[in-house]
Amino acid sequence: MKNSGSKSRSPAARLPKCPTGIQGLDEITSGGLPRGRPTLVCGGAGCGKTLFAVEFLVRGAVQFGEPGVFMSFEETDAELKGNVALLGFDLAGLVRRRQLLLDHVYIERSEIQETGEYDLEGLFVRLNHAIDSIGAKRVVLDTLEALFAGLPTEAILRAELRRLFRWLKHKGVTAVITAERGREHLTRHGLEEYVSDCVIVLDHRIHEQIATRHLRVVKYRGSAHGTNEYPFLIGDDGISVLPITSLGLNHAASSKRISTGIQRLDAMLGGQGFFRGSSILLTGTPGTGKTSAAAFFAQAAARRGERALYFAFEESPSQIMRNMQSISLRLEPWTKRGLLRFHSARPTLYGLEMHLAIMFKEIFTFKPAVVIVDPMTSLLIAGSESETKAMVTRLIDFLKNQQISSLFTSLTHAGNPLQQSEIAISSLMDSWLLLKDIEGNGERNRVLYVLKARGMAHSNQSREFLISDRGIDLVDAYIGPGGVLTGAARAAQTARDRAEALTSQQDTARRQREMKRKRLGLERQIAALRSEYEAEEEELRRLDEQVAKRTRVVTAERTELARLRHADAIRVAARAPGKPKERD
Amino acid sequence: MKTRTVKRHESNSTGAPAKIWQLRLYVAGQTPRSMTAFANLKKICENHLKNRYRIEVIDLVEQPHLSKGDQILAIPTLVRKLPPPVRKIIGDLSDTERVLVGLDLRPAD
Repeated sequence: MKNSGSKSRSPAARLPKCPTGIQGLDEITSGGLPRGRPTLVCGGAGCGKTLFAVEFLVRGAVQFGEPGVFMSFEETDAELKGNVALLGFDLAGLVRRRQLLLDHVYIERSEIQETGEYDLEGLFVRLNHAIDSIGAKRVVLDTLEALFAGLPTEAILRAELRRLFRWLKHKGVTAVITAERGREHLTRHGLEEYVSDCVIVLDHRIHEQIATRHLRVVKYRGSAHGTNEYPFLIGDDGISVLPITSLGLNHAASSKRISTGIQRLDAMLGGQGFFRGSSILLTGTPGTGKTSAAAFFAQAAARRGERALYFAFEESPSQIMRNMQSISLRLEPWTKRGLLRFHSARPTLYGLEMHLAIMFKEIFTFKPAVVIVDPMTSLLIAGSESETKAMVTRLIDFLKNQQISSLFTSLTHAGNPLQQSEIAISSLMDSWLLLKDIEGNGERNRVLYVLKARGMAHSNQSREFLISDRGIDLVDAYIGPGGVLTGAARAAQTARDRAEALTSQQDTARRQREMKRKRLGLERQIAALRSEYEAEEEELRRLDEQVAKRTRVVTAERTELARLRHADAIRVAARAPGKPKERD
Repeated sequence: MKTRTVKRHESNSTGAPAKIWQLRLYVAGQTPRSMTAFANLKKICENHLKNRYRIEVIDLVEQPHLSKGDQILAIPTLVRKLPPPVRKIIGDLSDTERVLVGLDLRPAD
């Protein structure tokens, strides 16, 4: 068995798997269908059962070298070949190379008369012969339930079906049995009773006029499997199942940085721009320059010699290129050199799943380093919000796994609470730039913020986002007591500020001069007072001296007088000099 | 069991060749059920189509590729190849009445 390699890898008796080759399904079932056992695939009309079965065989034959037998109870060989040719499956070629055997079992009730006991040995013989003739490893029984309509005795049929599934297991072929979805049971005739190893349900639901197919692994005995309902689509190359969660969050995170294409924006993002492989959300109201910023990002990638893929849901490529020329961004040379590719489609052209499938396909073929989706919000028209979120999640997971940097623009409507509609999606994004209109003074100016940038120091400032014929530039917005000002108001305010500054400078100088003058005046006053005081002091001293002198003179005179009078009063006078005066 | 062709073919009294019934019995190995079917068939033919029938027994175990041509699923299956239209009768042919109806030898009432 081909699978023996994987068996030896995990010796813990792991169930051998048979890879289907169907995109995504092998991830969900961790390896494929149970090898050597029957798998039941059920679903309503038109949900892709037959295609699932055909693809299982075709991929088995082409990719895994396992021939297969397709036993059809409904479609003839020619019908089958025709139906799947559209999907690029060349059944006729495979049949010629004996990698595939188609067998149409035709059963017509009206031609059959039952006359006693019988069994379905003829079917066994036929199947056995088909398997042995090409050494088939895979078998498909497409809508085995047709037998219930074709054969009269249900009891015999049920016993024979049980035997058939046992026989298939014994034969060691990996079988896919399709069955119509029943009302109460998984299948109309309760086939799930016989096939107990693996049951897959396909579903086709219509929501708001857009149909989405879903796949669910209901049961997988002996194996872990994803239990969700996974959307799948039928594209040009068959079925692809898009597991939302199975991709997991295990993508490698690059620490390499890439430029945004706008120098000042790089500076706002820690000086180096975005991380490679990160997802960037650019939201803004209409006319804020989202497309221009996205185009610069694309150009930056092309300049580095990397491929950029631009999904435009609003404008045609030539319109974008013409418009960008007006801000001297020439994209044409890059498209000519094959570094930039546009993919334009109206969102309403097809459902979300189809959009996703086409985007995947474009990404697979172009292998870009940068993907731009402009605008993501247009896709909301094609699906509900939760579906769009699921789709974007899948897209982002996929892009991150591939290390592709992605930029999603998102249109917010004026008047809406700014972050509301993006909440669902912004959590998936690594960086979120916000473009905003600031209206005032009869003009409208664009402002850019970095709302978040995971894993890097980023500016918390808002910058004025200028789009001119020279390109995009970011200017520091005026932030002052009057609020954030932009545009002409910013220029005016800056001029006003400058004038104010000048005035206040002059004021200060004047005040300083005044103070100096005052001080000088005071000093002068102090000096005058001091000299006055000194003059008074001098005067006082002089008076004192005069008094003392006069006293001395008077005393001398009195003494002289007494001496002249020879009075004994000398002693008296000597004792109290005033007394003789009193006696006078 | 090999493919056997049992011919019971005679001219009738008028001399014109009788309408020959061509019957084909599909079996898978010599199981009791296929033996029963063959015996039942032979009995019915002898009783109702004497000298006007030819039975071809095909053992699918030996010739599995022949199952596709007549779209054989059930075993045993009796196919009336001639006269047209083709009729198929499944089972061991033990219900004679139904066999006769199935072979158009008797109206279904």
